[in-house]
Amino acid sequence: MVDTRVLLSGVTLDNPVIPASGTFGYGQEFRSFYDINCLGTFSFKGTTLMPRFGNPTPRVAECTAGMLNSIGLQNPGVHHVIEHELPELKTFFHKPVMSNISGFSVEEYVQVAALLDKEEQIGWHEINISCPNVHGGGMAFGTSCENAATVARAVKAVCKKPVYIKLSPNVTDIVSIAKACEDAGADGLTLINTLLGMRICLKDRKPVLANTMGGFSGPAIFPVALRMVYQVASAVRIPVIGMGGVQSAEDVIEMMLAGATAVQVGAANLVNPLACREIIGDLPRVMEKYNIVSLQDIIGGAWK
Amino acid sequence: MQFQVPGFYLRRPISVCDWDEQTLTLIYKTVGHGTEAMTRIQPGDEADLLTGLGNGFTVKPCMPVLIGGGVGVPPLYKLCKDFLAFGAHPAVALGFNSKDEVFYEKEFMALGVPVTVTTVDGSYGAKGYVTQGAEALTFDYVYACGPTPMLRAVYTLCEQRGISGQFSLEERMACGFGACMGCSIQTASGPKRVCADGPVFEKEALLW
Repeated sequence: MVDTRVLLSGVTLDNPVIPASGTFGYGQEFRSFYDINCLGTFSFKGTTLMPRFGNPTPRVAECTAGMLNSIGLQNPGVHHVIEHELPELKTFFHKPVMSNISGFSVEEYVQVAALLDKEEQIGWHEINISCPNVHGGGMAFGTSCENAATVARAVKAVCKKPVYIKLSPNVTDIVSIAKACEDAGADGLTLINTLLGMRICLKDRKPVLANTMGGFSGPAIFPVALRMVYQVASAVRIPVIGMGGVQSAEDVIEMMLAGATAVQVGAANLVNPLACREIIGDLPRVMEKYNIVSLQDIIGGAWK
Repeated sequence: MQFQVPGFYLRRPISVCDWDEQTLTLIYKTVGHGTEAMTRIQPGDEADLLTGLGNGFTVKPCMPVLIGGGVGVPPLYKLCKDFLAFGAHPAVALGFNSKDEVFYEKEFMALGVPVTVTTVDGSYGAKGYVTQGAEALTFDYVYACGPTPMLRAVYTLCEQRGISGQFSLEERMACGFGACMGCSIQTASGPKRVCADGPVFEKEALLW
């Protein structure tokens, strides 16, 4: 018997597998594929104060071993999420869910977080300071230590639930930003968001994405993500949730050896809607293969 | 449906031409690397598909015309069969760029419906756009599938005649089942996902 449970800020997850924000909506689209209660939890679609339509299309593009997206935080707004999405989710998902919060000002992050913190279904908050697809918000907060710490401190002040800050890989030194968030009181960190990229159509000689650039995700970014998780997890004392190109139980274990307490799966859900269920199903077999009795014990095993 | 092409990351969204208990008929045009790779699939190969995605055309009591442009033609074939089963005889207008791109004219004619073919360069059928071919026909409701400029022209034709219709839209997609928000459009009733809420939208929903 193997033990797949991990402890995430005082809450035990049945397993460390968490669908990443923006690839899982508010759970609804996946319930026709499988019972999502097998998940550790999931991080819901990035939510802002007001509804947002997002960027013009095309918003997605194919790449070798991955994809680009420039959705631009399309979401129905926090009030709709509280009044409609969360009550609906409650009917088919019976575990605490992770909120994902975005904003265009510190005040917006604080307002959305304060509203969602009152919702009993929410177990943790993930604060997205790293969206590469919006101007004047998102990543603007995640690319400087000072701004990242300001958001972390302000959100933490209005939340009872654990606050995780989602970091951008599009920075010179992710460790210093991680430490700034830790010093500002963040309970944990999630990384990495997508890498800024682009494609150009040879026929049109123009960018494929209407927004020119977008976030690159998928298996191609796994080694970059793993390296950053390794660097950050070994430098901070708060838990790290690792993500970026994860698509197998082996990838989950590798991320945990790099220091991840839990692991998010993003783009893989969009290609194979059963991806997370398959990864969770494979975990015990892969753990046995590598003589792992408890996943909790292997966190940071590569540097401890 | 969404087709996983070996060697490519995202699935390819392809509309369904026809289906029964045993068979799924897809017609696609080789436009990029993904569809090019699909041409190398051999009989007997296994395919990884997500099917039953999104909505489809709805048969309504009306005097219908089915207007298809290029790769927008295939989904109208099953619709045409559905109309015949319903007891209505739709008029069909198909448009292509040139003679070498014309397909499925005979298949539609074999169903016993009147078919008008136009080509942009005049190399086959009447010269012009498919909307010009449709103008001569008698109808009071439109079913359209094709590239966006064609759909907009059909929309204008509907406006001129004061009639309605159903439009099957195209957008670049990633997941195809409503999770990623890659293919969102604005409609009269707010943002909708072409993959999951569409691809077929009523004329009144479109903000054109």
